[in-house]
Amino acid sequence: MIRTEILLIILGMTLVTYLPRVLPLIALNRLPLPTLLYRWLSYVPVAVLAALLGPSLAIPRGELELGFTNTFLIAAIPTFFVALKTRSMAVTVLVGILASAVLSFIF
Amino acid sequence: MPGNATNVNIPGSVAGEFLCGAREALPIVLGYVPIGFAYGLIATSTGLQVMETILMSVLVYAGSAQFIAVGLIGTGAEVVTIVTTTFFVNLRHLLMSAALYPHLKKINTSVLAALAYELTDESFAVATATFQKREATAPFLAGLQLTSHLTWVLSSLAGALSGSLLVNVNKTGLDFALPAMFIALLVLQLRSRLHLVVALVAAQCSLMIIRFIPGNWNVILATVAAATAGVLLEGALKRDPD
Repeated sequence: MIRTEILLIILGMTLVTYLPRVLPLIALNRLPLPTLLYRWLSYVPVAVLAALLGPSLAIPRGELELGFTNTFLIAAIPTFFVALKTRSMAVTVLVGILASAVLSFIF
Repeated sequence: MPGNATNVNIPGSVAGEFLCGAREALPIVLGYVPIGFAYGLIATSTGLQVMETILMSVLVYAGSAQFIAVGLIGTGAEVVTIVTTTFFVNLRHLLMSAALYPHLKKINTSVLAALAYELTDESFAVATATFQKREATAPFLAGLQLTSHLTWVLSSLAGALSGSLLVNVNKTGLDFALPAMFIALLVLQLRSRLHLVVALVAAQCSLMIIRFIPGNWNVILATVAAATAGVLLEGALKRDPD
């Protein structure tokens, strides 16, 4: 029912998710985090998301596409706008799906 | 809630503290329902089975990491790449865990180790806000976090079940659900101009690296490069303010 490779992924993810959650709580009195590391870590989430988004928008079918035929790139424009305006994940995803559906119908 | 005091809410009683915590989870519950549903929907339409989708919500319990993992599984990435990316995404919990520590000093270590399993961005936000006003206790935190986790698992299940129905009917537009989710998460993380610069550097690096290095390492390498650039720029701006 559950594939071995997916199980490995889930168990691995569980471990690496738990460690940063637990280590400061049980070890902080012995080992304070350096401030430089704090500052570096504050940029990590935004960097990961942008690193994922770049290729998924610009290379949706395995090759770089920067023209009007790339519906993902075009659909990203209203999606970004709605995300900035509403700051709501549900509304953003809904608008994104809708924009992408309309665009793939046109092109 | 004033005017709603019942005998279960006597401060100090374990059940009362647990219920107080569960009640404070309400804003988290409202937030998790649509996101958990979206996760379940996207995971099953990417090809994960319902059981796999739910197991991830039960064991990993980390929203953005789960979306990212599903995206990477969809591109056929290696186990090691997915786990390493998850590690980087969730490193931010170090900050939250460290910030919570001063409130929780009185709780014993093995209880803390269990409570830490349930730490999320949202439960951290509610917990730190609440601990300004009231004492932090283990049952309170357990009530808050278990209610949130249960909501996450149940809404993932609802999404997964609707997703496995949807895939057979129509897929149009759904392939953009994941990028749209990343856009929403990214926008929520843009706290300063420097964060925007870091995002642009990361996207550009990622696009360059993907052409030369196979295996989805672009995400990890671009993240390390862009976060380092952020720290360096921050230092340069401080030394030379204009």
